[in-house]
Amino acid sequence: MEQVIMNQLSYPILSTVIFLPVLGALLILITRRSWELLTKWIALGTSILTFIVSLTLFTDFDKSTHKMQFVEKHSWIPNWNINYYLGVDGISILFVLLSALTAILCVLISWNSIKAKVKEFYISILLTTSFMIGVFCSLDFFLFYLFWEAMLIPMFLIIGVWGGPNRIYAAIKFFLYTLVGSVLMLVGIIVLYLYAGKSFDILELMTKNYPYTMQLWLFWAFFAAFAVKVPMWPVHTWLPDAHTEAPTAGSVILAAILIKMGAYGFLRFSLPLFPEASKAMTPAMLTLSVIAIIYGAVICLAQTDLKRLIAYSSVSHMGFVTLGIFALNIQGLEGGILQMLNHGVVTGALFLSVGIVYDRTHSRQIADYGGLATVMPIYAAFFMVFTLASVGLPGTNGFIGEFLILLGGFAANKLAGVLACTGIIIGAGYMLWLYQKIFFMEINKKIIGLPDMDIRETITLVPLIVLVLWIGIYPNSFLSFMHASVQHLLERVNAGGVQEVNIAKTILEVVR
Amino acid sequence: MNFQLPNLSPMVPELTMTALALIVLLIDLLIKKKEILALISMAGVAIVAVTLLGSSGVTFGNMFISDGYSSFFKLIFFINVILSVLISIKYIAIERVNYGEYYSLILFSTIGMMIMASAGDLIVLYLGLELMALSTYILAGFIRHDVKSNEAALKYFLLGAFSSAFLLYGISIVYGLTGTTDLKAIASFISEKGLANNFSLLLSVIFLTVAFGFKIAAAPFHMWAPDVYEGAPTSITAFMSVGPKAAGFAVLGRVFMVAFVSVKVDWVAILIPLSILTMAVGNIVALSQTNIKRMLAYSSIAHAGYALLGIITANNEGLASMMNYLMIYAFMNIGAFAVIIMLRSEGFKGDSIYDYEGLSKTHPWAAALMLIFMFSLTGIPPTAGFIGKLYIFISAINAGYTWLVVVAVIFSAISAYFYMRIVMYMYMREPKVTVTLSTSLPTDFALVITTVAVLVIGVFPSFLVGLARAAIRGF
Repeated sequence: MEQVIMNQLSYPILSTVIFLPVLGALLILITRRSWELLTKWIALGTSILTFIVSLTLFTDFDKSTHKMQFVEKHSWIPNWNINYYLGVDGISILFVLLSALTAILCVLISWNSIKAKVKEFYISILLTTSFMIGVFCSLDFFLFYLFWEAMLIPMFLIIGVWGGPNRIYAAIKFFLYTLVGSVLMLVGIIVLYLYAGKSFDILELMTKNYPYTMQLWLFWAFFAAFAVKVPMWPVHTWLPDAHTEAPTAGSVILAAILIKMGAYGFLRFSLPLFPEASKAMTPAMLTLSVIAIIYGAVICLAQTDLKRLIAYSSVSHMGFVTLGIFALNIQGLEGGILQMLNHGVVTGALFLSVGIVYDRTHSRQIADYGGLATVMPIYAAFFMVFTLASVGLPGTNGFIGEFLILLGGFAANKLAGVLACTGIIIGAGYMLWLYQKIFFMEINKKIIGLPDMDIRETITLVPLIVLVLWIGIYPNSFLSFMHASVQHLLERVNAGGVQEVNIAKTILEVVR
Repeated sequence: MNFQLPNLSPMVPELTMTALALIVLLIDLLIKKKEILALISMAGVAIVAVTLLGSSGVTFGNMFISDGYSSFFKLIFFINVILSVLISIKYIAIERVNYGEYYSLILFSTIGMMIMASAGDLIVLYLGLELMALSTYILAGFIRHDVKSNEAALKYFLLGAFSSAFLLYGISIVYGLTGTTDLKAIASFISEKGLANNFSLLLSVIFLTVAFGFKIAAAPFHMWAPDVYEGAPTSITAFMSVGPKAAGFAVLGRVFMVAFVSVKVDWVAILIPLSILTMAVGNIVALSQTNIKRMLAYSSIAHAGYALLGIITANNEGLASMMNYLMIYAFMNIGAFAVIIMLRSEGFKGDSIYDYEGLSKTHPWAAALMLIFMFSLTGIPPTAGFIGKLYIFISAINAGYTWLVVVAVIFSAISAYFYMRIVMYMYMREPKVTVTLSTSLPTDFALVITTVAVLVIGVFPSFLVGLARAAIRGF
């Protein structure tokens, strides 16, 4: 049975989306160092072009099937049976789009704030974009691992070269944490490869059944890589440092895309490859998720640094995502995927917003602000929307995601659902408290006379506002991408336990 | 007495190389410009590489074997010579040791390595090993006016002589047991007479492991490496870190897989703790080094540990992965040394890792290339270093050593710290000292070759992997 739909377009669209940024990076490489403006325009041009090309994926995607689409397959390293194998399904397509969009925003927000080594910076941003999109499109484990690891190189440089005062520590910590996780996954990948008769083909590997003990070992090997990236408690400690010290663009990439890869890894690999182990490990994963939700939220209450607060809120929000995923029912999974998207949009937006004031004041301390709503009213309005979305107010995207996850969470484990709810309450606490301290109260002398957002900055935030409201009001235009794929994933996980899926369906019907 | 000249065609590369070395030695007397010798050496080696094609065969009554296995290693040696000579030309002038013997010694040393790779007999092996070792002892001490260089040579010589004694002792025990030094004859004698559990045989295996372990710088026989690598001329450090190591692996593979194949269990049991120890010592001690040559010495110890996994698998696939690894290591390591050597300029040593601070600001290209080599040595895709490690890991897991691979990947993650530290200094610190790069056309050329190789092998490894596999066929 052919599991995939080959690319019907006249050009290899996924390769184009992946390698356009590389092309842009090469162009920048050969431009003169002194032509900084040209460098920026090349970066902006290629990222916009990438996004425009990727829109075709959005419009031409067939939502009725779980099969991989726009597939490209070419022999690459025949000695090891490795193929250049790309494709997207309902789970990955939205992240491809989000990555392409994020690239544009990162270039825009860095326009004036990056002054040193401009060439290298935009090369790094474009390469990261390319590798990130590659991760989401790969259907061959070798190719996947290549992109997954290669991404570390530009990301390491982005944090370490253009970051804040403590950047070197943060960069090395980030690098070592992710590397240790990844190499353990590599061992797992090789074990799979040999067990399946020398095949790196992810779809083929998914059709096989593995002995239970092997599944358990491999589940934890993959867990090492994905949990670090998500990041799950207790391997989250690199994230606050990396987020805080990275330049705005770096924080945005980290928040919007990079940490999604961990959750994506659970969805794409852990669940379908090791279904029995995943089910057996559900209690452990739910526990870790709940700890992350509450721990992250409580820590947020004690932060004095803007970016650090948002970073810890990421830990909490990503706890929701893993909770949804390991609820192992349709609402949980769809909510998890949607929440990944939401978190990417909202946290990305929050980091962009922090970057906007940071460019003006060069301070991340909450105490250095106050009364900003009077000084920068437009900015305050934008920030309000993102704050509310982060809190999960109905009408914004955060609500839909968290609601679905809690629904799934309750169905899976009542206690986990109840505990997760407390995370939302604390979340509302620290976000509103943050908003109050920054935008209301007495005007801090340090911020008097700051100019409000200019056109470039507004343009950067507008697409995200649109997404916040679009997903919040009509989530179906995004959820509809996932249905078939998530359904298929659940069938694979619950092979033998179809009942559960049916129950989940009825619940969803009732909800609608 | 009827004397028949043995078939010399399998030895044509060695003979040509010897002729080349002698020619270089002679021309040295006639000309003042020693750069010409470098050119002659490189052109000559290229010609020798061509003669490799038609050299397949066995001669001198099985004492000398020219097969795919030996040819692959000889290819590594040739690449090693050419790249090392390229980065030497400017450097030895700066060090004021621009003597012609330099090139002929490199060539003689390479002949020794070639003989080692082709040795089908323990005596021939010893012959090659001594030729290689004696030449490198001299090369290590080539900067006569530098105390460190002298120290390096003396240390290398004393410890090297010690390891040769181990080798000879091991050989003599084998000879006493089996009455032969021919590798194949040893193998058949052991299996016919059921010597597999003989204590003396085990003892000789241990002695040979010590001797070979010394050459490949495996812990705990690595003590010489840091001092010698630090003191020797940088170009020779590059040369030594690849050539003698590869030659050591060549004999290790052939002797253990041919002569001692029936006591596989024993030597695998010896090599496993050896490889773990080697990876541990190499990677952990490297963390605290501040001299980049010393750091790369420990890194080269660690890499020997990874390559040992290929031999531990004790099958052809494992050997192929080990060969593939050494070829890749040749490119990435000499590439790194090519950058290091550029930092050495008149009156500036440039071998402290702090000299790399802010290099990306003053010399962005050199820093970018160093970055590529450092990531490759760490084993991050899409560089060749990743392919090398992947192949080793695949074959080791296939042979059932999953736990050993887990150990290896963890050490490889630890190694990221000291490689990344160089990247960090180059990109994330401000320059403190003014570094003038002593660039020259040959060094640039070496950098181009190594960078292209590291990146191309990283993305399209098919050719090299296929070559290693074809070379091992019929071993």
